[in-house]
Amino acid sequence: MRVKVWGCRGSLPTPGPETVRYGGNTSCIEVGLDDGSVLVFDAGTGIVELGGELARRDVQKVHLLLTHLHLDHLEGLRFFAPMWNPEVELNIWGPPSPVSSLRERIALSFSPPLFPIDLHDVPAQVRFLDVPREPWELDGASLYADLLMHTGPTLGYRIEADGFVLAYMPDHEPALLGITGRTRDWISGAGVAEEADVLLHDAQYSVEEYEQRIGWGHSSVDDAVLFADAVGARGLVLFHHEPRHDDQTLARLEERACELRGDRYEQPLLAREGLVVPVPTPAR
Amino acid sequence: MGERRSKHLVLILAREFASNLATPTAIADDEGRLVFFNEAAEEVLGGRFADTGEVDMDEWTASFSPRTRNGDPLPPERRPARIALNERRSSHEQFRITGRDGVERDVAVTAFPLFAHEDECVGVVAIFWRE
Repeated sequence: MRVKVWGCRGSLPTPGPETVRYGGNTSCIEVGLDDGSVLVFDAGTGIVELGGELARRDVQKVHLLLTHLHLDHLEGLRFFAPMWNPEVELNIWGPPSPVSSLRERIALSFSPPLFPIDLHDVPAQVRFLDVPREPWELDGASLYADLLMHTGPTLGYRIEADGFVLAYMPDHEPALLGITGRTRDWISGAGVAEEADVLLHDAQYSVEEYEQRIGWGHSSVDDAVLFADAVGARGLVLFHHEPRHDDQTLARLEERACELRGDRYEQPLLAREGLVVPVPTPAR
Repeated sequence: MGERRSKHLVLILAREFASNLATPTAIADDEGRLVFFNEAAEEVLGGRFADTGEVDMDEWTASFSPRTRNGDPLPPERRPARIALNERRSSHEQFRITGRDGVERDVAVTAFPLFAHEDECVGVVAIFWRE
C-alpha cells in the first residue's frame, strides 16, 4: 500500500508563502494498492493536482470515498480531471442519507449558480454509491466505515490491504464524547482506528484554541494523540490543519505531538502535501 | 475484517446525553443488551451500573420483579423497552418494581427505539419516573 497526501488543510484552502511547507490544499489522500488499484479519499482542493497525475498515468478506474460533504472535502471534485474523461469509470462513495441520494446532494455543487455545468453533462462514467454499514471489499482492499463525532453525518474509513491497516479520520472530535476513562467500544471512532498501523487524524487546533471551539467537530493535537494512544494506533499522522496556522505554528504543534506521544509508539508526523506516509513493516 | 468493533455512534451519543440527564434513563442495544443506565436511574433501581455492567435487558428487568399494581407479573412482551425493540415503536407502561435495595417502587416507563437510518434500529432508550 502506498499512501500519499495531496491536501491536508482544514476548512479552507490557504495558498501563500506562509503555508508552503505543509501546503494549503484541503483534504485529499491517495491510496495505491499493490495490484494497481487507486482509492482516493475526499475531494478537497488537493484532488485537483492528483487528478492531473492520474490522467498522466492513464488511470481509467477510480474509487473516490468521501467522509462527508462539507465543502472542504468536496470543492475540488468539479476540477478533478478524471471527471472530464469519458473513458474513466469513477465510483463515488459517501455517507447515506435518509433524505436524499448521494448523487442529489453532490449535484447541488454541479448546478447554477454555483457551477455552470450540470452533473448530467459530466462525461466520465460516474456511479454514486452509499457506503455499506458492514465491511466490504473494493478491488484489493477490505474497507470498513463508521460514523464519527463531527457536525453532521461523517464517516471514518479503515482500509486493510497488503498486510497493512490504515485509518483515515480527517474530521473527528472524540473528546466531546469522552476518551479518558472509556473502554474502547465507547470511544467514537475506535472501531475504525483500533490497532491501525497508521492513523490519519484530525488535529486542527492547539489545546488553547480547542477550549474556545468545543463542539465544532474537530480535535486538538493533544486529543488526537490521546485518541491514538487509547485505540492503540501505532503510527499517527496529524491532519486537517487550521487555516490560520502558518508553517511555524504547525511545526510547533508537531513538536508538541512528539512530546505527548512519547516513546511508546513511533513519533507522530504532521501531514504535508506530497508526503508519502511511511508504511511500517506489517506486525501481523 | 470482522464484526463491528465499537458501539454505534448513536448509542455513544445517547449515553453521553443520558449521563447529563437528571431523568432516570437506561439504554439497550439492538440485541436487547442493557449497555448503560445513568446515576438518576441508579437511585430508582437501588444499584449502580458499575456493579451491573452490560447484561441481557430482559434478565436485568426481571431481576426487579416487575409487576402490575395488582401484583400480577409483567411479562417481557408488556415491558416498554422490549416492545420498543421488537415492534420499533414507542411504548409506555406503569408498574411496580423491587429495587436492588429491597424497596418497592411504582414507576412509569417510556421507551422508544433509536434509528440511525430509517431501517436501522441501533437500540432503545427507556426513561422512567417514580410515581
